[in-house]
Amino acid sequence: MTAATETHTEHDHSHDDHAQHGMSNAGYIRIAIILAAMTALEVSTYYVDFGALFLPVLLVLMVVKFFVVVSYFMHLKFDNKLFSFCFYAGLFLAVMVYVIALATFKFFAA
Amino acid sequence: MSDVAVHEADHGTQGHTTTTGLSNNKVGMWLFLGSECLLFGGLISTYMLYRGRVSAGPRPGNVFDIPFTSVSSFILLMSSLTMVLAVSAAQNRDDRGTTLWLSVTALLGATFVGGQVYEFTAMYNEGLGFTTSLFGSSFYTLTGFHGVHVTVGIIMLMSLVGIIKRSTIPGDKAEVVELIGLYWHFVDVIWIVIFTLVYLIPA
Repeated sequence: MTAATETHTEHDHSHDDHAQHGMSNAGYIRIAIILAAMTALEVSTYYVDFGALFLPVLLVLMVVKFFVVVSYFMHLKFDNKLFSFCFYAGLFLAVMVYVIALATFKFFAA
Repeated sequence: MSDVAVHEADHGTQGHTTTTGLSNNKVGMWLFLGSECLLFGGLISTYMLYRGRVSAGPRPGNVFDIPFTSVSSFILLMSSLTMVLAVSAAQNRDDRGTTLWLSVTALLGATFVGGQVYEFTAMYNEGLGFTTSLFGSSFYTLTGFHGVHVTVGIIMLMSLVGIIKRSTIPGDKAEVVELIGLYWHFVDVIWIVIFTLVYLIPA
């Protein structure tokens, strides 16, 4: 195999990897529709009284939307675990530090 | 030229010659985004602490226009879809599709920023300045920082469109689009959190 042919083959292989990492465009559109529906549900809490479910529903929808975008649109679900570690380490640290900081100021006691 | 040299020239030496076997650029971008979680975590926490501290001027419930902000949020969410379609087109070496979706993403982002400028102007006219209250200061700082991030993203997107049209991207073009896409999606996920905690959950 010549150098040029081998390079071409490896390049194709690289793009095959890209295809395996992601989803089809139709899959992305499905995800976007689900995200739009969840946003509509979030906004509906402004107009409809959800009672005691108001806060849990909003927080759950927020967290689910966050992880759907990170997992599918940012490809973290399909990518190398090192990328997940780099991001989730920062996220975990941020959540822990600021939850403790807010607790120190008795934010959750109100 | 050896096989390795040809391969490296084709991929900008990234991704295949590192100790991890991964692109250093991509690892760097994910580390940057992880650190950004700490930045926005600090700003969001500060807002949560100060949103009830209104010594003067309007309270949060009096100035927020939820229907308007909901439309802005939807626009930013849809820009994530167009961004991922741009990345997909870049991976398929479809330059026309890539520039089209990147341009649509930048346009949606610009619409979001325009909406934010309108919102800030309306709030200012209602008496909420940057130094009016702790609520005003923390609100403008948080959403302003986010707006700056979106603006930087728009500049990167438009620069990328220009660079792709001139075909001057060295190395793996799809990876460059993907890296800017990661930044753009991150700006979107941060807004998902801000929209819920700042706008939808009352003080």
